Amino acid sequence: MATTSPTVRTGSALPRWARNLALTLLILYIVLLVGPIAGLDAPRIWQSIAAEPKTLVQVALVGLANGSIIAIIALGYTLVYGIIELINFAHADVFMLTAFMSLTVLGAIGVDQKSSSGQIFVGVLVALVVAVLFGALLNASIERLAYRRLRNAPRLAPLISAIGVSFILQNLGLFWGGLRIIFPVMGVNAAAPKTFPQLLPEGILFQDGPIIFRQKDLIIILASVAFMIALRLFVQYTRLGKAMRATAQNRDAAKIMGINVDTVIAFTFLLGGGLAGVAGLLVGLYNGTIVFNMGLTAGLRAFTAAVLGGIGNITGAMLGGFLIGLLAAFSDVYFSSRWTNAWVFAILVVILIFRPLGLLGEAGGEKA
Amino acid sequence: MLELRDVQTYYGNIQALKGISLKVNQGEVVTLIGSNGAGKTTTLRTIQGLNRPRYGTILFEGKALETLPTDTIVRLGISQSPEGRLVFPRMTVRENLEMGAFSRSDKEGIAQDMERALNLFPRLRERLAQKAGTLSGGEQQMLAIGRALMARPRLLLLDEPSMGLAPMLVEQIFQTVIEINEQGTTVLLVEQNARMALAVADRGYVLQTGRIVLEDTGPNLLRSETVRKAYLGEH
Ligand SMILES: Nc1ncnc2c1ncn2[C@@H]1O[C@H](COP(=O)(O)OP(=O)(O)OP(=O)(O)O)[C@@H](O)[C@H]1O
Ligand SMILES: [Mg+2]
Repeated sequence: MATTSPTVRTGSALPRWARNLALTLLILYIVLLVGPIAGLDAPRIWQSIAAEPKTLVQVALVGLANGSIIAIIALGYTLVYGIIELINFAHADVFMLTAFMSLTVLGAIGVDQKSSSGQIFVGVLVALVVAVLFGALLNASIERLAYRRLRNAPRLAPLISAIGVSFILQNLGLFWGGLRIIFPVMGVNAAAPKTFPQLLPEGILFQDGPIIFRQKDLIIILASVAFMIALRLFVQYTRLGKAMRATAQNRDAAKIMGINVDTVIAFTFLLGGGLAGVAGLLVGLYNGTIVFNMGLTAGLRAFTAAVLGGIGNITGAMLGGFLIGLLAAFSDVYFSSRWTNAWVFAILVVILIFRPLGLLGEAGGEKA
Repeated sequence: MLELRDVQTYYGNIQALKGISLKVNQGEVVTLIGSNGAGKTTTLRTIQGLNRPRYGTILFEGKALETLPTDTIVRLGISQSPEGRLVFPRMTVRENLEMGAFSRSDKEGIAQDMERALNLFPRLRERLAQKAGTLSGGEQQMLAIGRALMARPRLLLLDEPSMGLAPMLVEQIFQTVIEINEQGTTVLLVEQNARMALAVADRGYVLQTGRIVLEDTGPNLLRSETVRKAYLGEH
């Protein structure tokens, strides 16, 4: 293959470099065209950064903190994709529902900012446990009901099923948000954002002009890194983790090792759903509001993060999460927050075209 | 030990096995030979529950296997070195061997069997920390067989262990099959290399488009007219 002359290349009529050049020019053109409308005009951005460079640092910190939540959600996408090559479109909505569950639990316990730190600790812990269990069971039930039967069907079938489940869950969120008679914390309007009690410590760790780094920023970043490391160790060294890797690499081979592949796949969904539960509680505590359709944006960002890092790759999901968090924070401040999702989408498209394996993915490389 | 009675397996509407009946007795090496597409791989996959028979029964030590899940069948004592080897490419050689013992929990026994596998295939010992995906075809074949042995099976299914290997290695692999059998494992060996397979086998079956057309002892089959013409390339 390496010896064939350039003129007898098969496939497209254009040589590869010319196609890439054309695509790059096209993308450049689009960026120049819509860029200024989207707030992307280099001179202005440069000026505002030069005028107050510290803001950039603050943007980076916000990006890291938001990125850690994206990263935890991205882990769920990556785990499931790694094992059955399914984009679980319902994942972000499981995340959304776990946030509703967390709020419901906190409301039922009755802790708020004014409670003692001991009460807050217990309340958050209970909410965490409930949200994790709820997310895990919900995600595993979805697998059981909506995906398992389609495992040997054409790949589009489970994908469509996933989109359907996503709609169902969103409407479930809307319904849940309207149950103020049972859950007073939900407020009057079903579709409106719900206020989450601010229970994370707000103490300032570091301040310099516009740069503010609070305890809750640190907590959220540390939590996500801790979960990623734990997950990596789990997959690398435990019996179940090894069964997950084996199933991801070759399902038939895993079966003849005596691995119950159905159980392993169900467990993967449990794990992903549990992580969504962690993210659901954290996002409420950190951002202070939750809303029934927040899975849409979170899902786009987390999925892009997973693809950016190399889908199927745990460390990649984490890296991608932080990068997308940074990009989104930068876009919010320097471009226009209304265009942030468009930029994230652009990243997704560019990666899928130029490096579908992502930053850390390599053919035959490390996977789940 | 193992008995198939009128087993019929389909892929969709295509019937791959048209009523296979065969027996493997404790301690034997039995071979199943046949040309491409005869249904050899399908037979092994059906025994292990990777494909389900539409009709017929499969008995292992008196127990019916047709409806048991594959992991249960492995625990009953049947392991396989599958067609195409199917090693775990992104796991090391050591991890692959450990996966072979997934159905067991006796640490000491597993360690012993790891030693045994590495003694059978010294080449693997040198490559314990290497990713299996980077092994040569022959080495992957050794790994697949070694991995199947790690289950300490009572019945070992081998699907074309000589496929794609240099003649020297083929010789060695068949030698190893005899060794494994002498150490007490019953073997069902699927092969296209009829000459070698029949030379090591106690008994053999000849499979043709989903049907068994001949069965006899290894030496008798080697001498049979049909086999010589169809599978040994003699006239
Ligand atoms: N996944 C599949 N889908 C449809 N048909 C299949 C499938 N696998 C095998 N077959 C068909 O079943 C028949 C038996 O195939 P099988 O793989 O068992 O043959 P084999 O004897 O192992 O051949 P070989 O020596 O080439 O490995 C063939 O006609 C084949 O085309
Ligand atoms: Mg075959």
